Amino acid sequence: MKTILILGAGTAGTAIAHKLRRRLRKDWEVAVIDPSSTHLYQPGLLFLPFGNETEERILRERGSTLGKGVTWHQKTVKAIDTERRRVELEEGDALSYDFLIIASGTEIRPDMIDGMLGEGWRKSVFDFYTLEGAKALQEGLAKFEGGRLVINIVEMPIKCPVAPLEFAFLADDYLSKRGIRDKTELVYVTPLDGAFTKPLASKTLGYLLEDKGIQVETEFMTGEVDSEKNVIRSYDEREVAYDLLVTIPPHMGAPFLEDSDLGDELAFVPTDPHTLAAKNVERVFCIGDATDLPSSKAGSVAHFQADLMTENILGAIDGKELEPSFDGHSNCFVETGHGKAMLIDFNYETEPLPGQFPIPGIGPLPLLKECRRNHWAKLMFRHVYWHALLPARPIPISPTMSLAGKQLSAAAELGGE
Amino acid sequence: MSLEALQTDAEGYLANRDDWSEELAKELAAQMGVELEDEHWKVLKTARAIEAESGSSPGLRKISKRSETPIKSIYKLFPDGPAKLIAKIAGIPKPKSCL
Repeated sequence: MKTILILGAGTAGTAIAHKLRRRLRKDWEVAVIDPSSTHLYQPGLLFLPFGNETEERILRERGSTLGKGVTWHQKTVKAIDTERRRVELEEGDALSYDFLIIASGTEIRPDMIDGMLGEGWRKSVFDFYTLEGAKALQEGLAKFEGGRLVINIVEMPIKCPVAPLEFAFLADDYLSKRGIRDKTELVYVTPLDGAFTKPLASKTLGYLLEDKGIQVETEFMTGEVDSEKNVIRSYDEREVAYDLLVTIPPHMGAPFLEDSDLGDELAFVPTDPHTLAAKNVERVFCIGDATDLPSSKAGSVAHFQADLMTENILGAIDGKELEPSFDGHSNCFVETGHGKAMLIDFNYETEPLPGQFPIPGIGPLPLLKECRRNHWAKLMFRHVYWHALLPARPIPISPTMSLAGKQLSAAAELGGE
Repeated sequence: MSLEALQTDAEGYLANRDDWSEELAKELAAQMGVELEDEHWKVLKTARAIEAESGSSPGLRKISKRSETPIKSIYKLFPDGPAKLIAKIAGIPKPKSCL
């Protein structure tokens, strides 16, 4: 029996496990290592703080999401020994592999910022990238009666890069409905040079911030959270005061990749951008948020990568050259509040463009434009996730990006990418 | 290549990373009021190396860890927005998000 060992059973690990199980003969074992007994639908964390999602709907038993035919080791990875082709476990034993897929994702690290885990943590300083954080924030928001609500991205890269902006839009909606929007200053603080950083997005979407009265503080790299004075302080000594801080802390790869030969300075795995093979090492692939790639750390990316990686692994088993097929394709809904959302579709080379998706000229979903249909599609997406994306059933979207239906001239006019 | 002949994008970032040279970096830095010394070079070369490896302009924390230069010191070396200044002088794209 030969083994493909997958580290992590999140969106990427679960999808690739299902795909490989379906395509591989029975003399191959498909095994995953993941210590957690539940699978979390992470897009739901955006809605939970506003009371528009429930814990029950976004959690499932891990066993039910992995299904039959996939071995699940409920263990914690300690280290990878690529020379002996084995994975050492915290519990003491080790598992051997013929091919290894690192799908261990990324996690927030509030401990990396001075004072973030101080007195104010989950009292006036919250995250929404964990279930505990999103639940605490729901309570924090319910008690909030106005003041300064500050949303702060500490640094890139982060998971789901548009989520903080969506949070700001949904907060505007939520505060309006509670009748305290006029008593609240909404402030978006980013280390980048704008809330939108691409020319076309800045031009076409800048109105969203203006219309919703969201203040933007740019090029702010948070060095410290001072929860006595309720300010965040940047490395260049600027201060932003808050009454309620929603922080997106630094992200890092899995602890077992820190200070290892496989992880970079942030414990992400240097990965070939097109074949998805881990660099400088044999028989190891990397998928989803765990890579160091410039593609978005997002579920759609993991899904597209799973499609293409499956072909590459089947090829590698037969001794074939790897196909450089992944193009960085990403496809995301962006909630803009008040029952509307946008859809964006892009890859390594092409920035999000206006147009129609998925059928050129018809849609039904407009790209880079707010509408109600996109919002309903995003809400429906939870069902698509549990029933199609996670078990890796076919969905009618190509794993590589298509330019059909997109207005290329929109970018050309601005001299964009 | 002279500064005048250089192709940049609308925001002043080098359009083609291969147009970059150490001489050019000195000129670009001087334009931005920075005189390049060893500590600056260590940071700039690290940023360029990471961008070449990973395909995206790195954040300051990654530059800081690899170049063994504390973030505070990077702010002293490149005042007025080190992330932007480093990218411009090192001839790599602006650090950005997906939108």
